[in-house]
Amino acid sequence: MNKIWNLEKYKDCEALIDENGNVVTYEQLKSQGEDLIKSIGERCLVFCLCRNEIGSIVGYVSFINNGVVTALLNSHLEEKLLENLLEKYKPSFIWAPEDQMNQFEGLESVYEKYDYVLLKTNYSKEYSLYNELALLLTTSGSTGSPKFVRQSYTNILDNASSIVDYLKLDSSERPITTLPMNYTYGLSIINSHLLVGATILVTDKGLMQKEFWNFFKEAGATSFGGVPYTYEMLDKLRFYRMQLPSLRTMTQAGGKITPELHEKFAKYAEEQHKKFVVMYGQCEATARMGYLPPEKAAEKKGSMGIPIPGGKFTLIDVNGQGITTPHTTGELVYEGKNVTLGYAESGEDLIEGDERHGVLATGDMAQFDEDGYYYIVGRKKRFLKIYGNRVNLDEIDRLIKGEFEIEVASSGVDDHMYIFITDTGFADRVKDFVVSKTKLNPAAFKTIVIDEIPKNDSGKTLYKELTKYYA
Amino acid sequence: MNNREKYNNAFIESLDVEESQLAGLKYQDVPAWDSVGHMGLVSEIEDAFDIQFETDDIVDFNSYEKGIEILKKYSVVIE
Repeated sequence: MNKIWNLEKYKDCEALIDENGNVVTYEQLKSQGEDLIKSIGERCLVFCLCRNEIGSIVGYVSFINNGVVTALLNSHLEEKLLENLLEKYKPSFIWAPEDQMNQFEGLESVYEKYDYVLLKTNYSKEYSLYNELALLLTTSGSTGSPKFVRQSYTNILDNASSIVDYLKLDSSERPITTLPMNYTYGLSIINSHLLVGATILVTDKGLMQKEFWNFFKEAGATSFGGVPYTYEMLDKLRFYRMQLPSLRTMTQAGGKITPELHEKFAKYAEEQHKKFVVMYGQCEATARMGYLPPEKAAEKKGSMGIPIPGGKFTLIDVNGQGITTPHTTGELVYEGKNVTLGYAESGEDLIEGDERHGVLATGDMAQFDEDGYYYIVGRKKRFLKIYGNRVNLDEIDRLIKGEFEIEVASSGVDDHMYIFITDTGFADRVKDFVVSKTKLNPAAFKTIVIDEIPKNDSGKTLYKELTKYYA
Repeated sequence: MNNREKYNNAFIESLDVEESQLAGLKYQDVPAWDSVGHMGLVSEIEDAFDIQFETDDIVDFNSYEKGIEILKKYSVVIE
């Protein structure tokens, strides 16, 4: 089967290379994927515990291309959260790194390849899978919610094709992994590049490690993607002074980059004859919805651009009317074939069809200028992006209340969450708890003890009053 | 504060660790010393000693002991 990628077409090309020099050609990606599928048999649900490693990608490509539904999860997901997800969705198999096998005592390994194992679970299949359902992804940043976004084959193929189109990708590209593959933005890089026969440079190493840059230079990486925080790190690394002749394109998504950094990288790109492409997207739209054409990067600083090919933006005011005047704020609504089917909260929901019909209210507040370029100016819902991960503030409050039974209100700005409590004795424990739940670096969180959580007469928390403590 | 205290303090502040954990501590030994934590640590050390690291030194710096060795290049001696 070729649900998404025509691997046959590029059979002699290299699909994946890792930092240890292991190579997988498109032909191997196809044949080894088919081997793996033989051990699975019929269409079912497989949990894929992801790392930026060859085994993880080979499994993913094989599941998708052969019509097996897969849910991608970070391999470092807290064990309790994983158990909860397993109970809720009862997958037939788990594709996991070999060194994590002891986590699944009693499960039999039925296939092994590239340091990954296919474990057969003991659940009996209790629900059906909608025939267009391809993939389940968490809405980045998981605080234990069992909610998945349901993506179809059409969603993945349409969005990947659109990305190929606007980034002008071809088989000469060699993107290096900088984002987790279970994160929608990281995955979109894999999806789009495999469509054109490009070579993906696979590494779990990060920007702050020498091994990453050695691999980057030796393998001749042509592009990478980054969330706003990635660009702050690159700035700190005095990236502008590095000699990276192979680099062609830097993309940015996963939150709004500061105008200062936007300008710095746009200028760098211009001087070095490279491309800097600011983009906009959400897991609910498969990955991408907007992009700022690189030739406009410096001129339209602060903008996330225009709709991707095949997509359409509109702004809706509070009365549900379309906005036609520039510089007027409204909720951004996107239309396109990449708008996903809907959410799932348990295995029973996987039979559901398309609930959105190609239209997504993004929850982001935006404006457009006279030239039709869009600017994100705020959010409808209470969440922050921490290092590119969506973290729901109300959910954090609920979790803390559930664990400690104390008064709490969390607030903040992207990459900086402030957790307000009234009892000094809990300050450290609350922070440790949030860090363990989100698995994000503690630098993003601060507990602030105040006398009283500000509330109105009806008991609603006045979050605006809290801004004075950190703004 | 002497240089050793300043150096230790940078780790304790940015990585949420205790002084007793510092000897032999390597990148990714504790969850907080990931790429985000590393950036914070580098900034703390730069501020503490009023220096600016070269790119190669930032990515070479992968343990408590390695940092001491690198700082010698910037004429910061940690005894």
